[in-house]
Amino acid sequence: MSVLMQELNAKALSLSVPMSVQLDLTYRCNERCVHCYLDHDDHGEMTTAEIKHLLDEMAEAGVFILTLSGGEIFLRKDFFEILEHARRLTFCVKLKTNAVMIREREAARIRDLGVESIQISIYSHRPEVHDAITLVPGSLKRSLDAIRFLKSQGLKVIIANVLMVQNMQDYEGVRALADELGVPSTLDPTVSPMMDGDRSTLNLGVDNTALQSLFRNESLVGDVEEFCAVPPRPGEDELQSLPCSAGHTACYVSPYGDFYPCVQFPLTCGNVRQQGFLDIWRNSEQLKEVRSIRVKDLTGCSQCTHVTNCTRCPGLAYMEGNMRGPSTQDCEKSFARTGVPSVNLQSKKPSVRNLIQIRVQPTSAAISA
Amino acid sequence: MTRLYVARNTRVAARNLDGEMMIMSGKDSTLFTLNKTATIIWQAADGATPLDEIVERRICPEYRVEPAAALQDAETLARELAAHGILDVSEAPIISINSQPANSQTASPPTGESR
Repeated sequence: MSVLMQELNAKALSLSVPMSVQLDLTYRCNERCVHCYLDHDDHGEMTTAEIKHLLDEMAEAGVFILTLSGGEIFLRKDFFEILEHARRLTFCVKLKTNAVMIREREAARIRDLGVESIQISIYSHRPEVHDAITLVPGSLKRSLDAIRFLKSQGLKVIIANVLMVQNMQDYEGVRALADELGVPSTLDPTVSPMMDGDRSTLNLGVDNTALQSLFRNESLVGDVEEFCAVPPRPGEDELQSLPCSAGHTACYVSPYGDFYPCVQFPLTCGNVRQQGFLDIWRNSEQLKEVRSIRVKDLTGCSQCTHVTNCTRCPGLAYMEGNMRGPSTQDCEKSFARTGVPSVNLQSKKPSVRNLIQIRVQPTSAAISA
Repeated sequence: MTRLYVARNTRVAARNLDGEMMIMSGKDSTLFTLNKTATIIWQAADGATPLDEIVERRICPEYRVEPAAALQDAETLARELAAHGILDVSEAPIISINSQPANSQTASPPTGESR
């Protein structure tokens, strides 16, 4: 993030302005990714008119960055009508899509409308791996074709890869592919639980050994020693700081109008069909509670050595049962990075005494006996 | 004297944050903030009103500055913003590429700043 953007975010925070919103237009999707945290049914999506009204309200509230995501956004027949409206309101629009429905015509229209960037999920450079994750044969080819169409229009494309057991060996291949296409790529080793609380998707996450290897890959993390260093104890300023921007300068709205602090933080704060966007942003009791939390208030984490550079996600913590508690997946990442278990992991471990196994080498006398 | 016409580029993203106009270039995603006078020019840049008229009507009364000096500064600013692709400048009226509102909730701080 640029220094100027940091300054503007700090200003937005002081003014309680929602700088950045993710709006999911639909949960319907034409892929069936094995790690997806959504169901794919339509439970009553907002209409075109409702979404346009919401965008008007968001612009009035000061939202600058608008991420349109899903589900697959191009499954909405009114997608371009929504996008046109968003751009007329001068949002900085970012799209998240699998891109399989983007051909030359769509790419040209996206360019004409001045979209800032398009993030496309690519899980492997090998069709047999990518398509086995999306469960749609031919999906890698279509997504890559779309990236080429978008690039040929001069658009900014970002490849997003989620690291899982299925594609653990392929992230270097995806990066090479991104280089070949001339686009940046991101790699995220976090698999989220489903929004309905089902945690079975977590089984797809990579283990500690794979994380360790990832965090010691200089081409990914830069200075390995610095990246993997155990952080110093937090000072008072750090303990008084905010754990995350969710609910402070950012929020999420579902296709049904539900308002959450973040897409990964399914704490319902209101619904934009029943209440104004700004009214929820300013007056929701749930948001007020989220905003009241400081690092010093985090159970276990405030005493943990990792607290200053942990990637702790309050949404994942909430889904684990306590928005003030740890998110174990992030504890595991901190452990893989530094080799030092977090306070949370230590409390979950069996006692050290139980872990010590003493093997006694039998004496030759015993063997002979 | 050649008159200059200015129009907000339709590919930018823009929002007013407590009087400070944030503008992201559609060309390369560079982020800018505009000060109060720059914001006034930005908001008035409809492609039809000549820059000297914007300066005379909107800047001079507000800041009590001499029109010729103010116009010179405004032209420099307009060309600088044009170079960044966030404003279109022409010697003829710019026929309306500008369907976008100025996002004019308010206005504010010193010249264009980018990082």
